[in-house]
Amino acid sequence: MTGLPDAAIATQLAPPSAHRRRARGDNPFRWFVRVVVPPVALFIVLVLLVELVVVAAGIPPFVLASPSAIWAQLVQYAPQVLAATIATGLNALIGLVIGAVIGVLLAIVASLTRVIDGMLVPIVAAVAVVPIVALAPVLYTMFGSTSEVARIIIASIAAFVPVFLNTLRGFRQVRPVHRDLMRAYAATPRQQTWAVTVPSALPHFFTGLRIASSLAVISALVAEYFGGPRQGLGSAITTAAASSAYARAWAFVIGAILLGLVFFALTSLIERVSSRHR
Amino acid sequence: MSTPAPTAAPEPTPTADAAAAVVVRGVERVFHGAKGASVTALTGIELTVHDGEFVSLIGPSGCGKSTLLRLIADLDEPSAGDIRVFGRTARQARIDQAYGIAFQQAGLLPWRSVAANIELPLQLHGMGSAERRARVAELLDLVGLTDFARSYPDQLSGGMQQRVAIARSLAEQPRLLLMDEPFGALDEMTRERMQTELLRIRAETGAAVVFVTHSIPEAVYLSDRVVVMSPRPGRITDEIDVRLGRAAERGEDLREESAFFEGVTAVREALHGPQSSTPGTARGVDVR
Repeated sequence: MTGLPDAAIATQLAPPSAHRRRARGDNPFRWFVRVVVPPVALFIVLVLLVELVVVAAGIPPFVLASPSAIWAQLVQYAPQVLAATIATGLNALIGLVIGAVIGVLLAIVASLTRVIDGMLVPIVAAVAVVPIVALAPVLYTMFGSTSEVARIIIASIAAFVPVFLNTLRGFRQVRPVHRDLMRAYAATPRQQTWAVTVPSALPHFFTGLRIASSLAVISALVAEYFGGPRQGLGSAITTAAASSAYARAWAFVIGAILLGLVFFALTSLIERVSSRHR
Repeated sequence: MSTPAPTAAPEPTPTADAAAAVVVRGVERVFHGAKGASVTALTGIELTVHDGEFVSLIGPSGCGKSTLLRLIADLDEPSAGDIRVFGRTARQARIDQAYGIAFQQAGLLPWRSVAANIELPLQLHGMGSAERRARVAELLDLVGLTDFARSYPDQLSGGMQQRVAIARSLAEQPRLLLMDEPFGALDEMTRERMQTELLRIRAETGAAVVFVTHSIPEAVYLSDRVVVMSPRPGRITDEIDVRLGRAAERGEDLREESAFFEGVTAVREALHGPQSSTPGTARGVDVR
C-alpha cells in the first residue's frame, strides 16, 4: 500500500510509540535550534538594520518610524493596543463562528441535494470574488454607525466562503472502498454518516476554518477603516496616522499582526491534530 | 417495515444447494455506458462454492472476476440470473451479515486505531463493549498484531494493514469470506507469508472462501478449486480441482512439491490453451 519497503520494514520493527516522535525530530532542544532560531534571528537582524538605516539616514517618522520608537509607543500604549485588539478580535471571532456554522450547514444541504448544490456553488463563487469589505459603508448605513453588526456580518461572509467550499469538498471525499465496506456491513445512513462521512470531511472543514480565520481578522479590521464605532485596531490605526503619530500607528499594526497570528496558529493547530492520521 | 421478519425469507431447499455457501445460476452483468454503449462484464456464470471450500477466481484483467465477487457480496446487482448465499438471496445475506469481505486496498479508516478498525463491524451491529473488547483481543492475536492495537493505519506497513483488514473481515465469524486480490499490492515475500497465514486462519475458522487473484501460484497454493475465467465477455472457461491437502497441513514446503507445479501447469494451460505455453500470450496474468 505504501510502496515504501524500507519504511514499511522500519515501522514493523520499531514499537508504535517510537513513530510519534519521529515527526518532531530527535529532541526538543535541537528542534528549537533548527526550526525556531533561524527565522527569529533573521527578524532581529532586519529590525536592527531598519533601525540603523532610519537613524543613520535621518529618515522622517512619517516615511518610516524607527523600531525603537514603535517599541516605546507599544509599551506606552499597551493597554489601548490590547483593548483595540480585543475589540477587533471579538468581531472577527463572532464573524468566524457565524460564517463557519452557516458554511457547514449549507455544505450539508448542498451535499444532500444536487439541485441546491447546483444553485449554491455559482453564487458562492461570485461572493468569493467580491471584496466583501466594499459593502462596509452600505452596511453601516443599514445598521447604524454605533453598531458592530456590520463588521460581524462582513467577517461572517468572508469566513463563510472557504468553510463552505472546503467542507462541501470534504463530504465528497469518502473513498469508494469505505462506501463498499459500509454497504457490506449493511450500515444505516446514520451509521455511515458518523462512521465514515463526517470523519472524512473533518480535516477539510478545518482547512477551510484555517483560511477563514485569517480572512475574518482582515475583514473585521479593514471594515473599521470605513466608519462605525472607534474601539478597534483599524480605527486606532487611522486615528493615530491622521494625528501624525506614526510610531503609535505602527504599534497598533503590531497588535493586528499578533491578532492574525493567534487566529492562524490556533486554527492551524486544530487542523493538524484533526488530520494527524490520514 | 411491513414485511414480516425472518419467516418471509425463502426456506433453503433441501437439495445439494443447501450445503453450498454460494450458488450462482445463469448470472449476467451488463454495464451501460454513455451514448448507449454497453459492456458485457459477465455472461452465463454458473458457480457453486461448497461450505468450507476455498475457491479462487483467476483470469486476466477485465475478465469480470472482481465483478462476480461484488455480485456475490451484493455490492452490485446482476442484470440477469440468480445468486444465493447460504440459500438466501445475496441481498438478504448481506443484510444478515453472512459473509466477511476484504478488498485489494485494506480500506481501513485512517482516523481509527487498529483495534477500533477491527471493532467497527461489531460496533455497527450493536455488540456490547466488553464483549467487543474480548473479541478484538482474540482477532489481534489471530493475526499477530496484539502489540499494535493502539497504532494507527498510517503507522503500519502494507502487509500489516492487510492483516488488520483480514481480522476485521473475520470479526463476526462469517462462514463465508470474500476476498478481492487482498495480497495484490504486497511484495512477493510478504505475500507468501500472508498466504500461509490465510491458510492457517481458514483452517481455524473452517469458513468457505471466494478468492479473486491474478496470480497462478497463489491460486494453486491456496485453493481447493481454481475457477478459470476469460474476458470479452467475462465467462468461466474451466474449473480445476487442485486440493493439495488439508489446509492445516499445507506449509511452505508445498511450494516446492511436484503436485504444486502440476497444479500450476494445469491452471496455466487452462488459461492459455495447452499449445501456448510460450510467454507473451497471457497478458494481464501474473505467472510469478
